[in-house]
Amino acid sequence: MLNNVGRPTQPMETDDNMVTVETFTGNHGLALETPLIFEQGVPGRVGVDMEEPAPVKSRLGNLARKGEIGLPDLSEPQVLRHFVRLSRQNYAIDAGFYPLGSCTMKHNPRINEKVARFSGLGDLHPLQPASTVQGALELIDSLAHWLKTITGMPAVAMSPAAGAHGELCGVMAIRAAHEAKGETRLRILVPESAHGTNPATAALCGYKVDAVPARKDGRMDLEAFAAKLGPDVAGVMLTNPNTCGLFETEVKQIADMIHEVGGYFYCDGANLNAILGRVRPGDLGVDAMHINLHKTFSTPHGGGGPGAGPVVLSEALAPFAPLPYVVQGEAGFELLETRHGLAKDSFGRMKGFHGQMGMFIRALAYMQSHGADGLRQIAEDAVLNANYVRVGLNDMLNSPFDGICMHEALFDDSTLKGTGVTTLDIAKAMIDEGYHPMTMYFPLVVHGAMLIEPTESESRETLDQFIGAMRHLLERAKSGDVAYFQGAPHFAPRRRLDETGAARNPVLRYSPSTEEEKGTAAS
Amino acid sequence: MSYRFTEDHEWVLVEGNIATIGISDYAQGQLGDVVYVELPSVGGDVSKGDELAVVESVKAASEVYSPVSGEVVEVNGELEGAPTLVNEDAMDTGWFAKIRIKDASEIEELMDETAYKSFVEGLDE
Amino acid sequence: MRYMPHTANERKEMLAKIGVGSVDDLFTDIPEEARLDGLLDLPLHQSEMAVEKNFRTLAAKNLSPGDVPSFLGAGAYQHHIPSVADHLIQRSEFLTSYTPYQPEISQGTLQALFEFQTQVALITGMEVANASMYDGATSCAEAVLMACRVTRRKKALLSGNLHPHYRDVTSTTLQYTEFETATLPARATDVEDFTSLIGPDIACVVVQNPDFFGRLQDFSALAEKCHEAGALLVVVVNEVISLGAVKSPGEMGADIVAGEGQSIGVPLSFGGPHVGLLATRQKFVRQMPGRLCGQTVDQNGKRGFVLTLSTREQHIRREKATSNICTNAGLCSLAFTIHMSLLGETGFTELAALNHSKAATLADRLEKIDGVEILNDSFFNEFTVKLPTEAATVVEKLAARRILGGVPVSRLIPEQPELANLLLVAATETCTETDMNAFAAALREVL
Repeated sequence: MLNNVGRPTQPMETDDNMVTVETFTGNHGLALETPLIFEQGVPGRVGVDMEEPAPVKSRLGNLARKGEIGLPDLSEPQVLRHFVRLSRQNYAIDAGFYPLGSCTMKHNPRINEKVARFSGLGDLHPLQPASTVQGALELIDSLAHWLKTITGMPAVAMSPAAGAHGELCGVMAIRAAHEAKGETRLRILVPESAHGTNPATAALCGYKVDAVPARKDGRMDLEAFAAKLGPDVAGVMLTNPNTCGLFETEVKQIADMIHEVGGYFYCDGANLNAILGRVRPGDLGVDAMHINLHKTFSTPHGGGGPGAGPVVLSEALAPFAPLPYVVQGEAGFELLETRHGLAKDSFGRMKGFHGQMGMFIRALAYMQSHGADGLRQIAEDAVLNANYVRVGLNDMLNSPFDGICMHEALFDDSTLKGTGVTTLDIAKAMIDEGYHPMTMYFPLVVHGAMLIEPTESESRETLDQFIGAMRHLLERAKSGDVAYFQGAPHFAPRRRLDETGAARNPVLRYSPSTEEEKGTAAS
Repeated sequence: MSYRFTEDHEWVLVEGNIATIGISDYAQGQLGDVVYVELPSVGGDVSKGDELAVVESVKAASEVYSPVSGEVVEVNGELEGAPTLVNEDAMDTGWFAKIRIKDASEIEELMDETAYKSFVEGLDE
Repeated sequence: MRYMPHTANERKEMLAKIGVGSVDDLFTDIPEEARLDGLLDLPLHQSEMAVEKNFRTLAAKNLSPGDVPSFLGAGAYQHHIPSVADHLIQRSEFLTSYTPYQPEISQGTLQALFEFQTQVALITGMEVANASMYDGATSCAEAVLMACRVTRRKKALLSGNLHPHYRDVTSTTLQYTEFETATLPARATDVEDFTSLIGPDIACVVVQNPDFFGRLQDFSALAEKCHEAGALLVVVVNEVISLGAVKSPGEMGADIVAGEGQSIGVPLSFGGPHVGLLATRQKFVRQMPGRLCGQTVDQNGKRGFVLTLSTREQHIRREKATSNICTNAGLCSLAFTIHMSLLGETGFTELAALNHSKAATLADRLEKIDGVEILNDSFFNEFTVKLPTEAATVVEKLAARRILGGVPVSRLIPEQPELANLLLVAATETCTETDMNAFAAALREVL
């Protein structure tokens, strides 16, 4: 039952001699605080002006709202200042280096933002007649062409809204394909090191997840895989390059083996950035793969979304793709929105309307900017940068798997043994050095894992400084300065937060009474 | 009567035909701060090895498996408001559920305190 | 290439440091027969100026609703977005930040999410809301899954007057689970009666307000019936501005509210990205899907925010998670929060009143046209018009006159031919006197 990942979730008592200078306002120079928006309003203020409604007889039936909602009233400058102050409490890729493994935090070009806001693109209604949106449909068709060419796959489902949604799309297509053949297969194979979304998705498709162990070299154990294969296996979900940052060298055998028992090969495309223009998943026997436009193709992460997760499909799975389809008819592009014609075997609809158009625009602009030559350069520089970091640190940190990595360098925490400093402490100390922490404790199969993905966006100077900072921190950890680490971060807008308290007594919204109670308790 | 343990770190204390079940002090230490415990419904039947409860820390959710078969006759309602009892007093007031034992021989298969102690020492190496 | 910093010389030096001769040596794990030697069959890189031009060309092939009289709704609504909102979401620190898993350096995103959750809870009349879903339709599907978990029952009953995309996304999402959906046919002219259908096997009833045809209904009695039978009531709201004028689902006794928040701060963007809302009662919070932000304190006792109750989520619970969702609508929920903050109580209720007034004015005007009948006895900012001929043809003729004159019901419910003459017409604050006159005149012409 133990599933301990070793992360303290409450701040520790530390004795690190950091003096906090109190100010009257709670602000510290450019570090500006702002209360909750609900603590700032004065009834009657307003941040928008609009015309007086023409007097009409109400047609709300007997359903008019009575009583107040409780929203605060503020002027425009107050709202502007509130959110500008909030923004300054965030780290961002525009401001600094984000070595977050498996998240591909790369440069977000502003031309993409500009074109996404063009009148005639950003303001289109999804249910306009097709004759009035030919440019929009052409854009979707064009992006589909790029995605199919990059992956070497014959079809793509555009509507999934994010990576996990794309996984759901791919696995539903697998289930639909088996059902169309009159087969019920209820087991799906997933490597131990998989992203959590893989098993969660499989479960939502009614599959029982069967975990396949990894070999000592970090790849899926082919013998264990073979032993689990059988006529009840629907497919395999494999990330490639995998979550350890390694290419699954036997990927073609894996594809052949799953196809031999009548199953399908789902590839988690989270790490596509490493192989752009160097290999096409279609040439490796993949049947379905989602593409995170917000990773590989740089649509901004936006603090957690929105994303987009189109799914490329093999000939075998293409007939089951979700609605709608963009097709070329006699009068130009059309949207196929119901199960008929080409879409007669579609497994259904995954999302309102047609997909994340705003993300499609940005991704296509990004692809056009790079072209075939630039896309290949992305993979080469991403892999070059990861290996550069790997050799820059591998005399001080242990790589659990030997040799060249793909776009991510993975280390374990064995070097910290006996120091009292943990992976989490190193990560929090990185914040003080001006970096976003790397991915920690993932993949779960590596003890105290630190997963570093520098991406192609970072210059050599940035990498050199990062390597220098990491070496400095590791030396400091080994020198016994535990208190410094346990107290980190010292210079962020907040020190470590009490996550245990937050989970034990969840406060998920503002209410005046809770704040009063807390005030009383504090005094 | 004395404590018996499973390899999954549950403990059992038998009085008459009622088994009280919890998780070991070692287990609570590994889990870290417990923030929530999902308990079974009273009156339900469980078989040995079934999921009996889920114990959550901030970053992990771990299943607690029933070491014995029988009917759930009582659950520790205190844990709802004070999950921290699992950390503070895992072996006593931090108990999870009481089960009316169906097959007493299942208890015999479990480790006694000495055996569990050396089992845990083996894990730490 | 302007986005990648390395010079050829730097690459050479870095390769040397790694200890390999060429970049190809970094890709030897790829099976040899699958390695690509040449370039993909795609155009080469382009300048910023060239890319901009490509998109201008594409945009010019579309008719922008902002440029012509537009009355489109059916789940996506044209509203004015304050410039402050679009400016703020383009600030680097919001636009290019990651999911706030490191709370010490993500308080901006986290506090905004906490404010978002509070705003959504307030307007829906519910106790708690999550940090957003992909869109209204996926939120509806998640609400149904959640209701099945809460009640430990397996069947959801969907109103026929639920937006057809919400209905289809829900049934698609559930099709391979142990749960199932049953849907009533759409009814444009009479009221649905669920009484005989709510048996002991029903996990929830899903209704929409205003419904697909724009009608408003008080579901308080239905909520009571659901609760008597041990089922939950899920209320869908896809025009969120209606909540500024209309009794909230919470007041009616709803257990879960699934909504689409696009109307507040989020551009139409041809249907996505939008922002899904999900609100419920505190006691169901552990069965909720998606991210949740909670309040806590830091080491120095200062108030701060963190993502919390994560053990519900896929990255910890894996196959036992409440949902497979990972990404949320992040930046769209921020746009919602900023716009809602600008509106406040005063602005939100005024905006709702203005929308209702515009729609009522338009309804009066259209009703006067021969052969045109308004089917609704009540509505907020959208209503159903019965035409003497097929609505799809009329819409095409109006588009040829550069008027986007509503959504034909047949586009979304083609399987019920008796609805072919029905047209959904929406009027928001963006709609002017001139627009309405042009629409009425053109409709007279084409009928």
